[in-house]
Amino acid sequence: MYRYDNYDQKIVDERVEQFRDQTERYLAGKIAEEEFLPLRLQNGLYVQRLAPMLRIAVPYGMLSSNQVRKLAHIARVYDKGYVHFTTRQNVQLNWPALEEVPDILAELASVEMHAIQTSGNCIRNTTTDQFAGVAVDEIEDPRPWCELIRQWSTLHPEFAFLPRKFKIAVCGSEEDRAAFLLHDIGLQLVNNAQGELGFEVFVGGGLGRTPIIGSSIRKFLPKQHLLSYLDAIVRVYNRYGNRDNKYKARIKILVKAWTPEVFAKRVEEEWATIKDGPSTLTDSEVARVTGFFSAPDYQDIDASIADQSLAAQASENNAFSRWLERNTVLQKQAGYRSVTLSLKPAGVAPGDVTDTQLETIADLADQYAFGELRATHNQNVVLTDILCSDLFELWQTAKQSGLATPTIGTINDMICCPGGDYCSLANAKSIPVAEAIQRRFSDLDYVYDLGDLELNISGCMNACGHHHIGHIGILGVDKKGKEWYQIQLGGSANKNASLGKVLGPSLSREEITDGIEKLLDVYVENRIADESFLNTYQRIGISKFKERVYASNS
Amino acid sequence: MPQILKDTQVVSDNWLLLDDSAESIPTGDILMSYEQWQTFSGQLSNHDGKLAVWLEGHAEIEQIIEPLLDLPLIAINFPKFADGRGFSSARLIRERYNYSGELRAIGGFIRDQLYLLNRCGFNAFQFSDENELSDAAESLKDFSENYQVSVDQENPLFRRR
Repeated sequence: MYRYDNYDQKIVDERVEQFRDQTERYLAGKIAEEEFLPLRLQNGLYVQRLAPMLRIAVPYGMLSSNQVRKLAHIARVYDKGYVHFTTRQNVQLNWPALEEVPDILAELASVEMHAIQTSGNCIRNTTTDQFAGVAVDEIEDPRPWCELIRQWSTLHPEFAFLPRKFKIAVCGSEEDRAAFLLHDIGLQLVNNAQGELGFEVFVGGGLGRTPIIGSSIRKFLPKQHLLSYLDAIVRVYNRYGNRDNKYKARIKILVKAWTPEVFAKRVEEEWATIKDGPSTLTDSEVARVTGFFSAPDYQDIDASIADQSLAAQASENNAFSRWLERNTVLQKQAGYRSVTLSLKPAGVAPGDVTDTQLETIADLADQYAFGELRATHNQNVVLTDILCSDLFELWQTAKQSGLATPTIGTINDMICCPGGDYCSLANAKSIPVAEAIQRRFSDLDYVYDLGDLELNISGCMNACGHHHIGHIGILGVDKKGKEWYQIQLGGSANKNASLGKVLGPSLSREEITDGIEKLLDVYVENRIADESFLNTYQRIGISKFKERVYASNS
Repeated sequence: MPQILKDTQVVSDNWLLLDDSAESIPTGDILMSYEQWQTFSGQLSNHDGKLAVWLEGHAEIEQIIEPLLDLPLIAINFPKFADGRGFSSARLIRERYNYSGELRAIGGFIRDQLYLLNRCGFNAFQFSDENELSDAAESLKDFSENYQVSVDQENPLFRRR
């Protein structure tokens, strides 16, 4: 993974000192509350319902074991002994003290980490596929491009005070695992007819109150022009995005108002004035950054022998077999697999992990995964490059630490925002809903029979839990001071991205789990062969689901 | 005499901001809005003193800037510090139109934006509220290295590593 040189380190160190000075001036009453607000947000610091919340950047999800041990240390010393993995591959601390945040940032800087631009109306952490570099369907490793974007966007002089937050995702594979069409800018790595590498550029996707799927504004952007083209897009947005109403301030509203064609034209005009300038990427820089993501020292493995011995282990141990099936995926490198460590055991807020679990994860990464790991947008952790012959041993350790819940990709692997338990924006709690669903569907055979099913829960319409793109989405709403839950069906974040449709009137907390069960009954009764929930829904439509859920209420 | 930050120094400011309701241009060095500059266009050539214009951050720079490029001072107003349009306007004026006079931030910007404003081409800062200018000048030194191209750095870090 990328390692800082003296330049990178200096910038991050100076950012720590800048924020330390800002915090001291704020505490001394020399910076007004409303002026400190964006300054602390630009460093990931929110003031939440119960305490401040600090969001730490995990650039495109990559972490080293060393960094994870530092997170464990910070969780223990400065917080309550756990951290939370977010849907944008970042990490959050829920209970830091404001006065100690500069010290936390200094600790992070010591392991090449920071909280720069993890909040505020600026360019946020760039996200990508958790299987980058190892995915079977990969066109090109997206991580070097993510790192180039990270450097370009870090403390960008012109774009620190945009109309609204701004998120970029890069997809380097056939299948989309980064929800890139639901970002302000989505970049798809492509090869053109001449075999040259570049990007198809999508803009204006996003969730929140007005969910929209991104529009393609350029079919092929040669790779060396990436940064100047991004400059052009963000400059047009910075100048013309709506600043009067925060709910109409995202780039998607501007793209919709102008139409994607007009927006594209404005970007091209802007780009023409800066194209081929000094921001044009050089081959040597691309090679330098790409070099950090070179393949580890793989052994030459006979895949058929590796598969046979795995199959033998699996046949002797049902629990291992289940885990192998749900929590591991093949890699393009024969004899190796990627493992998803589940942060979704029942009874724990999805994405939460303790300090000791973090240390176990770091140890596993060192022992089996070349010392690296990835945060996923589904709020789990992935270890890549695991020798098939190491899987059984890894599983045993992970299981002891509560990291091997064998439910990846099932209904119990839900995405869930912190909700009303923590977040001051939330209309309703989301964690107890997730827990009730996990407890209701604790029979693994039933869960496996349901197959791939994405259930996403947001505690308010800001949609941090991505409810619009869940096959089943749950949105918490507030009605006269009571918590209610609206169900949406048919959302999907793959290349044929679709947004969920509202099922009907919202359900109470007491009704929601029964409601979900009825949806699943309709699916099981109507599916053909091994059709997924999403495919069944797409085939039969919403009415049968609707009839069943509301039948008993009438 | 009021003071401003200019080229990292605290200096006295000789410019007089023309009142909204002014019906003519008084003698002296006058800073006026773009609208006033248009209104008084007939009086400008025989003015006794220097002239300068301030623009809103969201001004259509491409359409209005050409005739202003000979002025010794152009100012950009920040209606509030969170309105970042002035950052883009400044870069356009410096980088696309090669303006080399004084580019001054006025209005509601804050001290903690100075470093970025400076990178976008502002070399003078006129705060709207009370500010200890020599302290504020410290914020111009927040960083010693940057990744991107900016007005004060013609090559991105990757061309200098």
